[in-house]
Amino acid sequence: MSSTEIGYIRKELPEKIKTIGLTLFVVGTALGIIGFLIDPQRASLSYLVTFMFLVSIGVGSLFLVALEYAVGADWSTPFRRISEFLAAVIPFLIILVIPLLFNLKYIFPWTHKSIVDSSVMLKGKTPYLNVPFFIIRSIGIFLIWWVFYYFIIRNSRKQDTTKDQYLTKKNINISSGFIPVFGISITAIAFDWMMSLEPNWFSTIFGVYYFSGTVWCALAALTLIVILLNEHGYLHSKIKSEHYYTLGLLMFAFTVFWAYIAFSQYLLIWYADLPDETIWFMHRWVGGWKVVSLAIVFTHFIFPFFYLLSYNVKMQAKKLKFIAIWILCAHFLDLYWLVMPGMSTNGYQYSFSWMDLVFPVAAVGLIILIFKSLSHKYNLLPIGDPKLQRGLDFHL
Amino acid sequence: MNENKVLHSVAALFDTPDKIINAARKVKDAGYTMFDVNTSYPVHGMDKAMGLGQSKIGYVTLFFGFAGAVFIFLFMGWSMAINYPYIVGGKPFFPYQAFIPITFEVTVLCGSIATVVGMLAVFFNLPFLSHPIHGSNYIKEVSVDKFGVVIEAEDPLFDKNKVFEFFKNLGAGKIEFIYEPEKQAIKILQPKFIVFLAVVAALTSFSTYFTLNKLMYIVPFNWMDNQKKSNPQSETNFFYDGYAMRTPVEGTVARGFMPYPFHEQALPSEPLANPTLPTKQILKIGQEKFLTFCSPCHGNYAEGVSRLMGQFPPGPTLHSAKIIGYSDGMIYNIITNGQNAMPSYAYQIPREQRWAIIDYIRVLQRAQNPKPSDFQAIKELNKESGKNVVN
Ligand code: HEC
Repeated sequence: MSSTEIGYIRKELPEKIKTIGLTLFVVGTALGIIGFLIDPQRASLSYLVTFMFLVSIGVGSLFLVALEYAVGADWSTPFRRISEFLAAVIPFLIILVIPLLFNLKYIFPWTHKSIVDSSVMLKGKTPYLNVPFFIIRSIGIFLIWWVFYYFIIRNSRKQDTTKDQYLTKKNINISSGFIPVFGISITAIAFDWMMSLEPNWFSTIFGVYYFSGTVWCALAALTLIVILLNEHGYLHSKIKSEHYYTLGLLMFAFTVFWAYIAFSQYLLIWYADLPDETIWFMHRWVGGWKVVSLAIVFTHFIFPFFYLLSYNVKMQAKKLKFIAIWILCAHFLDLYWLVMPGMSTNGYQYSFSWMDLVFPVAAVGLIILIFKSLSHKYNLLPIGDPKLQRGLDFHL
Repeated sequence: MNENKVLHSVAALFDTPDKIINAARKVKDAGYTMFDVNTSYPVHGMDKAMGLGQSKIGYVTLFFGFAGAVFIFLFMGWSMAINYPYIVGGKPFFPYQAFIPITFEVTVLCGSIATVVGMLAVFFNLPFLSHPIHGSNYIKEVSVDKFGVVIEAEDPLFDKNKVFEFFKNLGAGKIEFIYEPEKQAIKILQPKFIVFLAVVAALTSFSTYFTLNKLMYIVPFNWMDNQKKSNPQSETNFFYDGYAMRTPVEGTVARGFMPYPFHEQALPSEPLANPTLPTKQILKIGQEKFLTFCSPCHGNYAEGVSRLMGQFPPGPTLHSAKIIGYSDGMIYNIITNGQNAMPSYAYQIPREQRWAIIDYIRVLQRAQNPKPSDFQAIKELNKESGKNVVN
């Protein structure tokens, strides 16, 4: 235990958390490996959904950190560390992507020569959509993210001991560089890993669509963890409902932003009514997918919108915790809905599989483990940050 | 200080945001209710310090926002699907997807306008042209770099000297007594001011027009405006005659249109069948059109009594045995092509209405020569409805 002049008392998170994280991770991973052995095709697709979820959490959180630096926000400084810990998923992405890279043929139709040869459109796309370039792109982007993560987080942690204000300035510059890079790279990742599942289809707004969900999901994870930690006194007594309110406000904003983008994509396709474009929605409007599509509208927009509209809800930790969990689930459902119906393009028949639930369990376990081990080494508050006091004194 | 003036309030100035927050909290805790704080920029945490509750303005926004959304959605639905059903772009009559952008925008529009108007009218009590503190030194200071609090004389706890002492104890920099101003005429109706408004309106309109339509009219981005096509009613050098609008090829027939086969022939060589049934609705149309077009020459009951007072050869009665014997097609031919002195009505009366007129003429003829069974039928109808059906 150590105390600082800003009144932060460092406490170790209980060991129980590690046990929970480890159990989830080990059980999830073990079952996942069995899944890969039984049915590698189905397992790769399930794994892809969870992988994209981890990308959302990791790079979404790094974006929130960069955003805070770039715009000079101080209200979120007291819990920037939480986002930094979540962004620690980024270095793991390079390892986590490996099982996917070995199973590309099960995931992407454009890896099959016969399918490419049968379509003029796909032939034209081969300079971009080919296996070597695809792998280079993905690994390259994960590396770029990792480099930005490394520098931003290193400066932030160094500040805890040196209290050097110049580090904040440095991070502002790095963050301002990261944001445009992030904009382009997240688009490329969304195009590569999800849009190319149905390679004949294209939508230029698809990257923005994924981005909106990414930030939404990272915000929800942040809110959930901040509230849980603060309720048990691990953060700071000055973090109060007004901070929660602002987090709720941002979640609300991104709920609307997502709806705006999702609808923009839908409306143009609906208006033009071209078979090449509508086919993507048709795949999501057959059989049970119709229910899932409607459920997305409800869970991803209508419910969170009306729920978060109220001032009182945003001021209450308990209600925010609920909607944060809801949002995490809704984002997962959204990713599932983006990935799974495309299966038919690759000649498979969709059916629900137990594996779809196994990988998220492992992912949650992994996040808990990462979080626990980082919180063991570093402060939960950026105690050297010059903006911290203002952040703690934040009023509406 | 002027003694015969009415005291409005006592105001105190503070130097920092922290001091004003503290002062506001103390004033609230001392039990004052009629007080206000003036700062040159929003000070966070002030609402709480002053003990203000959650503003009600959000409900105004919510209500009008949703009212706007519901109204515009239903309005678009009504106008596109009910009032004037019309297919646009091959979409259904009720293309709710297409309504959403407009619904969204009207929601925002109504919500924001209602917020501003509600704020001004209800929460700021406007029109409120002059506040006593406007003339004071105090307002000058708080609009530059000071933070001030005023306690009004109407407060039940107000006592001039006590408040003065209270402010002094809080560490106020300057304390000022503010008096009610003398009544003034309403300045807003002065001609100078109205001319000023008109000039502002004219300038704004012109500069908006100039910026949007002249300055910002960037040539590379007018693909929609300049398309490679000819507009109706315009010239083109694509066609030899220079007209952009083309006439259809000779003999073109519009969809669903049956041309009249006996055009400009004296008599139909074979009878045309009347495509309408003498229903009540059709007869009503027939009656209306007959009274409009035929009755001036042939009389209201087709009895041949012209209203034209000899300025035109009177139309003969249509109750003669000859006309009764005419087929419907024959009469149709006369209406369409005219006959001797009677002009053609092909351009005034659409085809269905010509047939309806004929149905009506048949009714008039039958009414002149009723059969016994008709009397029987009318009697029964009268009994049923209790009124005279003949009319
Ligand atoms: C401008 C006056 C005028 C109007 C209006 C007019 N008619 Fe006539 N109509 C005449 C005249 C005059 C004749 C006699 C023509 C002739 O000498 O054959 C005539 C003849 C006829 C005849 C043939 C009578 C016969 O003995 O051959 C019919 C049927 C007839 N009209 C029906 C109509 C109907 C139906 C209308 C309403 C659409 C109508 N007319 C409107 C002036 C008019």
